[in-house]
Amino acid sequence: MHLELGNIFINDVQFGSQTKVENKTLYVNKEELITLISEDEHLKSVDVELAKPGESIRITPVKDVIEPRVKVAGSGGIFPGVLTKVDTVGAGRTHVLKGAAVVTTGKVVGFQEGIIDMTGTGAEYTPFSKLNNVVLICQPVDDIKPHDHERALRMAGLKAAEYFGKAGKDIEPDEVLSFETLPLLKSIEKYPKLPKVAYVQMLQSQGLLHDTYVYGVDAKQTLPTLIKPTELMDGAIISGNCVSACDKNTTYHHLNNPIVQDLFKQHGKEINFVGVIITNENVFLADKQRSSNWTADLAEYLGVEGVVVSQEGFGNPDTDLIMNCKKIEEKGIKTVIVTDEYAGRNGASQSLADADPKADAVVTGGNANEVIKLPPMEKIIGDLSIVNTIAGGFDGSVQKDGSLVVELQTITGATNELGFNKLTAKGF
Amino acid sequence: MGKVRIVHYINQFFAGIGGEEKADYKPEVREGVVGPGMEFNKKFGDDAEIVATIICGDSYFNENLDEAKAEVIEMVKKYNPDLFIAGPAFNAGRYGVACGAIAEAVEEELKIPVLSGMYIENPGADMFKSSVYIVSTKNSAAGMRHAVKTMAPLALKLAKGEAIGAPDAEGYIPRGIRKNYFAEKRGAQRAVEMLIKKLKGETYITEYPMPDFDRVEPNPAVKDITKAKIALVTSGGVVPKGNPDHIEASSASKYGKYSIAGVDDLTEETYETAHGGYDPIYCNQDSDRVLPVDVLRDLEKEGKIGKLHDFFYTTTGNGTGVKISKSFAETFSKELVADGVDAVVLTST
Repeated sequence: MHLELGNIFINDVQFGSQTKVENKTLYVNKEELITLISEDEHLKSVDVELAKPGESIRITPVKDVIEPRVKVAGSGGIFPGVLTKVDTVGAGRTHVLKGAAVVTTGKVVGFQEGIIDMTGTGAEYTPFSKLNNVVLICQPVDDIKPHDHERALRMAGLKAAEYFGKAGKDIEPDEVLSFETLPLLKSIEKYPKLPKVAYVQMLQSQGLLHDTYVYGVDAKQTLPTLIKPTELMDGAIISGNCVSACDKNTTYHHLNNPIVQDLFKQHGKEINFVGVIITNENVFLADKQRSSNWTADLAEYLGVEGVVVSQEGFGNPDTDLIMNCKKIEEKGIKTVIVTDEYAGRNGASQSLADADPKADAVVTGGNANEVIKLPPMEKIIGDLSIVNTIAGGFDGSVQKDGSLVVELQTITGATNELGFNKLTAKGF
Repeated sequence: MGKVRIVHYINQFFAGIGGEEKADYKPEVREGVVGPGMEFNKKFGDDAEIVATIICGDSYFNENLDEAKAEVIEMVKKYNPDLFIAGPAFNAGRYGVACGAIAEAVEEELKIPVLSGMYIENPGADMFKSSVYIVSTKNSAAGMRHAVKTMAPLALKLAKGEAIGAPDAEGYIPRGIRKNYFAEKRGAQRAVEMLIKKLKGETYITEYPMPDFDRVEPNPAVKDITKAKIALVTSGGVVPKGNPDHIEASSASKYGKYSIAGVDDLTEETYETAHGGYDPIYCNQDSDRVLPVDVLRDLEKEGKIGKLHDFFYTTTGNGTGVKISKSFAETFSKELVADGVDAVVLTST
């Protein structure tokens, strides 16, 4: 399976009379976009704002961040099983508006989550401060049921990303990257001397606002399975979660999974990257046991010598992480796990809710409890008053001058467990 | 700042007074340096000076802990130092424990920085590494020069209030404090490179060494549950509607104690969850699902348990550090015992 990613670099975003890409600028026809998103009967109002790198803008809460992409060759469309038919994706050619993103805000379900600052200290911690963002502000109709509310916001973001993606369909990309996954036996024949490696991606599946979808299926109703890495790049996996926003994978993260990218970089050189196993993080013990058994068995069946395991979330999923690690190591397969830490505001507490001596190779995205101060911003998109009650906020988080004193936990993507960032922690 | 003033603590052996037979030697203070202090002063040059040395026998210190601590602190105070150094103790167990204990006490009482040095396996290292900077030394006094070489620059930094670098850079035993920083490479690349090293059998450094996990042994079964007073405690965040004490959705800084006297059922109108880490809908509809008051009332009426305690304790486990969770329980478990509670049903989510 061979996929070409055509990156169209976007350096600016502006409103215009027609939605199009020209001279590395994404032009947004605001009315057309609002009309498209307002089609959903669950939404009472829709508005659009732009947020560019360096601007004094704070976006909160944040439901999802999505990169605009479009299929230009090969089967299926972007976000299969959700916006398009459930055709298998991951082959052919896909165009990407690289440097642009759709960010969804507006009242979200339950506790409001996530902050993106476009400048200042907070901007250093979220990767989305470096993007030209089209921000959708969606307010739900009154008395909406929580699950309908979550879905309406999720779909709004995806639809907008698809809408902008189409603007890149006939544009000649600035660069074309090529990725290929061969059938397992052929891959082994091609690089017989290199160690075979797989990637185990754990998907958040703890319930409302903690869900992930695979070809449109709720991941908590799935069993661990194999998926080709290029399928992830075409939107086979999308995010339905944003609680404790620092270590939840937005759809943007899934489309640009850095572990997949960095395994591909070493493919054919140091390792033979043969595929991806996806598994879930359900809350019931029996589910955890079943999924971790199955994941370890799949790794053994593939005959790999090593895996990278990435977690999503913390606390309860720490158990899944350690079960996966331990059971895969017990098969004689070497593991590296990617997680983040909740070591308390002073950093003195143990960082994970579960541990095992077999987890001897750990990469961390940092301590999410560390407290930081974020300067006031000139413009707020969304609602600042919610910050006292979001995960990682506390009484007094919102200061009189509009600055925030919060845990890193509040910042979208700050301690991402796909290894998206450079942030990490060490023992002092 | 002028020349840094230091008070140095050593045991009877390093003072040249004697070995085990003199271990009951009572605290004594001498002006200037004694024994290993010479080596320190040489290293400090014009930057710092040991102004006094306190000598105490290891047995005396450990067998008269409170008294010895108070005596030594009084002696230190008189010299009004900028820094206190204890040891290095190398692999001498009781000396190490004494160094750690007195350093911790001096820091707490006199609010001045402190420093010690020990071999990593000295029991004092494990006991005090989280509260005191302890330089990692060799396992015998033959490593004195090496120890002083590392301790002296760290001592100056501490005394001057300069930023202390990472354990491997400064030479101290990691204190278990996690601090964030930006690495040169992103996490995914670090993970792939770590895996390649692990596959090749090369040395790699984990970014988070696994902690020794605190496993709690369950208590023996309650002898007669039909007579027992049972309390409910939860980390599921159940609170009276409106969350009156503003318990955080994640990383809780407090717990709540609420009366359920006369309450038979938790309803959508009266209770909810403050927890941000799970789907709250089913708990908000009926908080008995997380804090089973209704079932325990039934059992109480049926005579299957003695009594349901009038108060429940609650916090959000979501992202809340183990240390702070422990401190909550240390406080309210005393109240539970004082209130005659025989057993607790602890519910999580």
